[in-house]
Amino acid sequence: MIDKNIYNSILSQNNFKESSLDTSSLLKMATREGFGEGLLFLGENNQEVVALAADLTESVQMEKFKETFPNRFFEIGVAEQNLVSVASGMAAIGKLPFAASYAAFSPGRNWEQIRTTICYNDRKVVIVGAHAGLSVGPDGGTHQALEDIGLMRMLPNITVLSPSDSIEARELVKLIPKIKGPVYLRLAREKSFVIHDQGYRPEVGSVDIIYTTANIENRNKRVGIISTGPILYQVLLAAKELEVEGFSVQIMNIHTIKPIDKNKIVEFAKNNNKKILTVEEHQTSGGLGSTISEILSEEYPSLVRKVGVKDRYGQSGTVEQLYKEYGLDKESIKEEIKSLVHLYA
Amino acid sequence: MNITDVEVREIEMHAIEIRESIITMLLEAGSGHTAGPLGMADVFATLYFKILNHNPTNPFWKNRDRVILSNGHICPVLYATMAHAGYFNIAELLTLRKFGSRLQGHPHREFLSMLETSSGPLGSGLSQAVGMALADRLDRKTKAGSQGIGAHQHKYFYCFMGDGELDEGQNWEAFMLLAKQKLHNVICIIDRNRIQIDGDTEDVMPLDPLSHKLDKFNLSVVEIDGHDIRQIVQAFLIAKKNIKPTVIIANTIPGKGFVRAENDYRWHGKPPTQKDADEAFDNMRTMYGRLSNN
Repeated sequence: MIDKNIYNSILSQNNFKESSLDTSSLLKMATREGFGEGLLFLGENNQEVVALAADLTESVQMEKFKETFPNRFFEIGVAEQNLVSVASGMAAIGKLPFAASYAAFSPGRNWEQIRTTICYNDRKVVIVGAHAGLSVGPDGGTHQALEDIGLMRMLPNITVLSPSDSIEARELVKLIPKIKGPVYLRLAREKSFVIHDQGYRPEVGSVDIIYTTANIENRNKRVGIISTGPILYQVLLAAKELEVEGFSVQIMNIHTIKPIDKNKIVEFAKNNNKKILTVEEHQTSGGLGSTISEILSEEYPSLVRKVGVKDRYGQSGTVEQLYKEYGLDKESIKEEIKSLVHLYA
Repeated sequence: MNITDVEVREIEMHAIEIRESIITMLLEAGSGHTAGPLGMADVFATLYFKILNHNPTNPFWKNRDRVILSNGHICPVLYATMAHAGYFNIAELLTLRKFGSRLQGHPHREFLSMLETSSGPLGSGLSQAVGMALADRLDRKTKAGSQGIGAHQHKYFYCFMGDGELDEGQNWEAFMLLAKQKLHNVICIIDRNRIQIDGDTEDVMPLDPLSHKLDKFNLSVVEIDGHDIRQIVQAFLIAKKNIKPTVIIANTIPGKGFVRAENDYRWHGKPPTQKDADEAFDNMRTMYGRLSNN
């Protein structure tokens, strides 16, 4: 059963108000910007925090950290394999290194170094993969990492974080010192709508039901949606519009892909007619959709449909054009929800 | 620091014992690498019994020098040297490569936590040594004052690398960062044994002129006979005093001590049979004038 109190409190907590489809009042900020703020906060509060960049300092939002703590910033050059292995060495001496590049290169290029020198060694290094997903836009397919969640979540010992907005990114970064073992943090380049309010405090490993349509009793037209990253906003838009049409939708935000709360996923499937739609800016194989399918197929067999990139590479275009082309825009998500509702209805 | 004849003899005898242990453990394991470990026994013996600032009874002592083995496949020489230096019981060497052993086929910190790192995949050790030295320098700058003199004693980071391993591009990323950061307390030792799995290094992927390449990377290069204890000691002493990071190119004979295996690349990755082992022990019985010393 849906907890009405949770539903109401979530509505009141979030910027995304039921009454408001007017997005002009919402702030737009990239998750990487939230990371930059969080890193600066950690730098001020923890002397062991160091930052390593691979010729993309400003792009990965390490510029302020570099200016504030020049002794604790290290420019490694365009050398991603070296970047993460140097970070591993620094962690061995007691530092908490944040090693950042674009996700296409780190973990794209240096996966084995992350596996051996960081995860196999169980060294606490934070691998920051910026510019993940299609929303990189005009730079094209080489720079749009769509495989990084899969690459990272297969490695033992690591925690995989994928924030949906800048506030979530900032708050998750602040929690990193408490996490045991290495961390992968997935970030997006493009500014996206800030869904959470300033007081939002996520917990690593928790899953949050972020929105439930008013007509939740209509079990015939009901599905659960699980999403990660800034694409969550498109999901919220789709749900709002379908709500008007009488559909009943519940949305779960997953900022921690690994470790994941299996019981909450099962409970979510139970409450939503065993019909789940996953939405992610990632290949549908290996990412969030796979994660959810793996859990439900073992624990509570359900129908899991996946919205995401389906065995293709990205390409140049505006964010809007790319979301549409790859089926990640509001309209495509609405169609997927409808089709899932009508399946075996 | 001078080294006496007696000390040289002692180190040579340690090196022979380490070689005998390497043969014994590989024979027992039934798999593993023979050539590289035998070739590096003299350098390892010299480092652990003469140069290294360490405490085998307290392997996690904060101010210890660090040994980073980048070419993890030669771990039998590391394990054997550590055992002979007192880190653990020599009998444990017989567990090499066996299920549940602390002595994994390639070094893994999860099983043997006194190792500075895990290795096996080639090319990433030097990067880690550089990272350790950078973190250490930061600690000396920021913590020495608050925690008192001696809290962050100067230490050295010894990184062992293979020559075939230098085919990996990451080494050269690390060499550039090492030179940029002027980390004079990082000492690289390249095992220049001129073999790798597919054949001679100069056939597989030419490295020469290796010392020139490293020199042009703005590193200080010392080239030695890796079986001459005096030269090895001298090279380490030069490296420790150097204001630039030093790379020691140790020219070695792969399989050194097991005469039939010497300089034969086919012994890179195969273990001795009982017959091979007997022959190797027989060779080692007289190695370095061992009999006349006793």
